[in-house]
Amino acid sequence: MQIKVKVNGVDYTHEVEPRLLLVHYLREVLHLTGTHVGCDTSICGACTVQVNSKPTKSCTMFAVQADGCEILTVEGLAPNGEMHVLQEGFKEMHGLQCGFCTPGILMTMTDFLKNNPDPSEEDIRHALKGHLCRCTGYQNIVKAVQYAAAKIANREEVPA
Amino acid sequence: MIPVAFEYKKVSSVEEALTSLASGGEGKLLAGGYSLIPAMKLRLNQPALLIDIGDIPALKGIREEDGEIVINAGTTHNDILHNDLIQQHLPFFHEAAKMIGDEQVRNRGTMGGSLAHADPAADWPALVLAADANIELAGTSGKRTLKATEFFTGLFSTELQENEIITAIRVPIPAEGSKSVYLKFENPASRFAIVGCAVLRLPDGRINIAFTGVADFAFRDAGAEKAVSGKTMDDAAMQEAQTAAVVGVDILSDNFASAEYRKHLAKVYLKRALQAVM
Repeated sequence: MQIKVKVNGVDYTHEVEPRLLLVHYLREVLHLTGTHVGCDTSICGACTVQVNSKPTKSCTMFAVQADGCEILTVEGLAPNGEMHVLQEGFKEMHGLQCGFCTPGILMTMTDFLKNNPDPSEEDIRHALKGHLCRCTGYQNIVKAVQYAAAKIANREEVPA
Repeated sequence: MIPVAFEYKKVSSVEEALTSLASGGEGKLLAGGYSLIPAMKLRLNQPALLIDIGDIPALKGIREEDGEIVINAGTTHNDILHNDLIQQHLPFFHEAAKMIGDEQVRNRGTMGGSLAHADPAADWPALVLAADANIELAGTSGKRTLKATEFFTGLFSTELQENEIITAIRVPIPAEGSKSVYLKFENPASRFAIVGCAVLRLPDGRINIAFTGVADFAFRDAGAEKAVSGKTMDDAAMQEAQTAAVVGVDILSDNFASAEYRKHLAKVYLKRALQAVM
């Protein structure tokens, strides 16, 4: 089947098998390997991308379902080579740790910050529920999001 | 994990979906896909044809009509969560939507999909049961409406026939002064209910109690309802409800919780739910 998608602002047309998962399309056809395959069972959130601006697990969607959609992956977060403020937060707050779960978290939490510019810690932790970090270091991930929220709000204070 | 090869067809109307379902072959409806696709990847489900109903405009949206909130079946959990009518008239649906899965699941998963799939641990079945909702179905031979209490028939089984599609869920707006709650003890990874309890207390004294996660399918607990309905909700009435709850129910036992533990949780969550609507 033929699909047309826009990924990180670039239009693509490809012939794909209906059973091709979106995550495999992104990684193996477009070679955008920033999106990771973690559990492959719709739990861990490592494969999260934005489909029409909504965080979506790309291991639980067929590429054909994305026909006509706009997709944003981690590669599209820093289009001019300048880090997104949340990426900067992860760097500053040591939120990456091993880094495997990071791209998925970035795709959920950049959307979260758009809708919740001044989140509480509880809001952040609730939003992170669809992501498993096996370094188990959620503390620094929460701090990274708080850093970004503070920056966005143009506030001086940064979580200690 | 790669599913078995299948044919894929995206449809833009309910009629087109019904025609595809009736065209022979093993057609299966795909809405959000968050239950079906994992099952296909495990090859537990191997449909020859996937009929994608995810982009049918008529299946989206929530409206108020004749004293009911009508939730079109393809409405996502997140659209329910952020809907003003739901917050205003069905606060326990709002609370439940917040507890479903995670942000990504709520963005794709739909209420109709959840009801059709009838996972024994899904949240919506308990809510539609407690709210005395009606479920609208469309088939090649016409439309019909079923009470939620008639809909669920077994493990992943419902009254929905193979050539039918859920089009809407009609929820009567509870009378002024009603109180409602949904509480669940969740699996921390999937956030499916190990035990979920939905309670609606109406001003005339009736109390609707529904459980999910406890048995093969969600159910109204007539015994517990009888113990508290129309009574002063004191400690004695609550204890009576706890004693009467989940009696005669074949309680699930799995690697998350034994039957004995689930039974205990059901009674604990019933008490908490009743306290919340006092």
